[in-house]
Amino acid sequence: MSTRQFGQPIKRNEDPRLLAGRALFTDDVQLAGMLHVAFLRSDLAHARIRSIDLGGAKERPGVAAVYTADDLGEYWQPGPLLVPPPPVGQLEFHPRTQVPLAKDKVRHAGEAVAVVVAESRYLAEDELDDIFVDYEPLDAVVDLEDALESGTPLVHDDLGHNINARGTQTKGDWAQAEDAADLVIRRRFHYDRGTAAAIENRGIVASWDDKSQQLTIWDTTQAPIAIRNGLAGMLGLSEHQVRVIAPFIGGGFGPKIMMFYPEEVLLAWATLQLGRPLKWIEDREENFYATTQERGQVHDATMALKNDGTVLGIKDVFLHDAGAYAPYGLTLPISSQCTLLGPYVVPEYHSEFTSVFTNKPIVTPYRGAGRQHGVFVMERLLDIAAKELGIDPISIRRKNYIQPDQFPYSNEIIFQDFTQLTYDSGNYEPALDRALELIGYQDFIRENQPRREAVGERVGISVVSYIEGTGIGPYEGARVTVEASGKVSVATGVGTQGQGHYTSFAQVVADQIGVAASDVHVVTGDTDLFYWGAGTFASRGAVVAGNAMHAAATKVRDKILKMAGEKLEAAEEDLELIEGRVQVKGVPQTSISIGELAVEANPMRGAVRPGTEPGLEATEYYGPERGATASGVHAMILRVDPETFLLEIEKYVVVHDCGTVINPLILEGQIQGGVAQGIGNAFYEQLHFDENGALRNASLMDYLLPTAADVPNIVSDHMETPSPLNPLGVKGAGEAGAIPVGALFAQALDNAFRDIGLEVREIPLSPNRLFELVTEASARGNA
Amino acid sequence: MDQTISVRVNDRSYDRSVEPRLLLSDFLRHELELTGTHVGCEHGVCGACTVLLDGVAVRSCLLFAVQADGRDVSTVEGLDGGTQALHPIQHGFWERHGLQCGFCTPGILMSLVPFLQENPNPTEEEIRDLLSGNICRCTGYQKIVEAVQLGARLIQEKSA
Repeated sequence: MSTRQFGQPIKRNEDPRLLAGRALFTDDVQLAGMLHVAFLRSDLAHARIRSIDLGGAKERPGVAAVYTADDLGEYWQPGPLLVPPPPVGQLEFHPRTQVPLAKDKVRHAGEAVAVVVAESRYLAEDELDDIFVDYEPLDAVVDLEDALESGTPLVHDDLGHNINARGTQTKGDWAQAEDAADLVIRRRFHYDRGTAAAIENRGIVASWDDKSQQLTIWDTTQAPIAIRNGLAGMLGLSEHQVRVIAPFIGGGFGPKIMMFYPEEVLLAWATLQLGRPLKWIEDREENFYATTQERGQVHDATMALKNDGTVLGIKDVFLHDAGAYAPYGLTLPISSQCTLLGPYVVPEYHSEFTSVFTNKPIVTPYRGAGRQHGVFVMERLLDIAAKELGIDPISIRRKNYIQPDQFPYSNEIIFQDFTQLTYDSGNYEPALDRALELIGYQDFIRENQPRREAVGERVGISVVSYIEGTGIGPYEGARVTVEASGKVSVATGVGTQGQGHYTSFAQVVADQIGVAASDVHVVTGDTDLFYWGAGTFASRGAVVAGNAMHAAATKVRDKILKMAGEKLEAAEEDLELIEGRVQVKGVPQTSISIGELAVEANPMRGAVRPGTEPGLEATEYYGPERGATASGVHAMILRVDPETFLLEIEKYVVVHDCGTVINPLILEGQIQGGVAQGIGNAFYEQLHFDENGALRNASLMDYLLPTAADVPNIVSDHMETPSPLNPLGVKGAGEAGAIPVGALFAQALDNAFRDIGLEVREIPLSPNRLFELVTEASARGNA
Repeated sequence: MDQTISVRVNDRSYDRSVEPRLLLSDFLRHELELTGTHVGCEHGVCGACTVLLDGVAVRSCLLFAVQADGRDVSTVEGLDGGTQALHPIQHGFWERHGLQCGFCTPGILMSLVPFLQENPNPTEEEIRDLLSGNICRCTGYQKIVEAVQLGARLIQEKSA
């Protein structure tokens, strides 16, 4: 293959199997003698467990076992703190992590209390009805501000308060900014919870084989290696006795990397007790309670500016909803804190968060992971300031952008990867200009909007910027092997949930070895094949695993050239790799296939030179010193139906810069899918908890996911500002589409209702909520 | 209390004794090991479990296996008609990147088979209307629409 495959829109290697219905997902694993598991979950969000009556469930035919917390003995332990707090200057931290089964007390609706193992899932669920738990209901902690009031109920009694953490980070001196300001804007912003709602719910199959003393686990996890190591430790097994396979996974989006979910911990233990394979597949209702969620925050933000729109500083004090347990440490509030600064110069910054325990499902990162909130607050402040200063919203952004010659740009505070928040590269103004051109900004403002408003239409336009810290460490690895067939196999530790890793990683390797990407077979997420690495999260797969892949492939290429040089009696620099062969440049007759070289590199008899490594194989690791900073601009035109308050997105533009692009087809898919989730987050999806902490819309009938009728076609363009931090120049793209959409909706709605002074300060919205906000704004205008 | 049923699935007959409450989706997946049909919500919203019952697209999570007694079921595994080759609609999806995680894809493909038989030249609006019965959380639908447009064209070229 002489043409470069890196950068090409190559169709995916994994698709034929997926399309034919022949790809293995966790629920497709069928093992002889397998038993099925169902969990009894609390209907109450906050209650003391007085007693549990199994009601003879254990004796029922077809039931193999029933367990409660007491049956677990020493194995019952709170889960590990997955991310220790980064070295943030001022910090108070009270970690509390989830337990395998609730003991004494339940802390959120859906928390597991007992587990039934039976011959079928139907039987197991039947038995749940026989178990009676005597609860003493307690008042629930639902609202973030109420949680901090004195005399409020306590989620974790031993703490004496509901504070998970408090942290303050500063850059410069906010007081100076406030003193020097011509204008100070103060506002409160709300961002509420949603759920990732991957179409595949979670699932686990665990199988202990007594004869081989091996535990095999198929798990819908984004981090198989960490699961293997953790479970081995908990169970007292050697890491080599545990194999975790993350097969095809039906969407991850973050919550599937929450490690040591109660179900993971329990199935691994119970298969050892029972000596039979066990399967648990989450149903959709369970998914609404037992899979982690995200996004509840309340921000009190202040921005100081000069009259010309120059931002002098920002002070932001916010509450973060951690849910009932906080296994992810400070990742989310720190991500919000850091992302808020965006692509702008903010000389003075004071950011203070309080992470609060509530009687709601556990919160861990979900696509965007704290970034949405930061972008929403920043972009809203700029919009409001622009309005007050009589500047247009484009100019105020342009005025405050970090300029291309200012990189690397340090924001001095600590990012979620424990390093100083430093943007590696960026070029923001060309992306803004391109987005304005694609959305037709001038035409809309000058001609389209006035014409349509004259006949009573409600139409609005918006343009927002964001940055995304991607590709964070610590590291990933890859092993690249040329096989005797001349095909190439690649193994890496990151799991894959639809991102196209089987193809994009193959493209990275293919160019180095001189084969077609379709001849590179990628294995991800099987700990027997590769057992070093952290997992798929934080838009890091392409950056971190991709560069490890590149390094390993380069090393294999060197081995091929060295061996072929000796074989063909040619200097290495005179050789080229083309279509699976090494040949003397321009002399295709003098060549050898890489398959033949692979066979010779693994001699079965005779002697080798001392120090010889067998095979055409290399394993390499890559760990970036810090993350790569992607950026982008989204723009939108929307029309509001004045009767129903339903929205029609007439045009949606994304101009995105994630450095060097590996596969534009896959990248577009990531962006479009991200935007769709952003649209859901902005206008359709909201988890409604009542005052008792009960979730009122725990089904897909009531929790609205955007459909093909709601998501518009997206016009996209890509800028390439390569990251100087990694050899491939790539930055992450997985989360970008979802991040700025809330801010974009708010600005467009403000614009559509500017005559009545609408100011949207919350996300998610809905037709009903929009109607209320518009009615309030009108009433204020008329008062 | 098990009931004996006889169901033709992808042109092959299966006789099985099942509990009356066994869902068709579970029957296909666990009894027949045709795991290409996926289950995403078990309340008929997401569409991942869509199969054809006597040629009509249905949610297999909303039907009992006994309701398929004596009837014809088609699943994604049968789309190739036994040829091991991709169906033109599947080619459309491959070419246009109409899938990411691929979990919702079999249900979408099965919804499309009767749709494209009845509407060989659908407009984008008609395609989006049809797709609104299937939830995809990965793609944002745009590339699925393009995939359906290409699939429709490929079907016509094949039959021409």
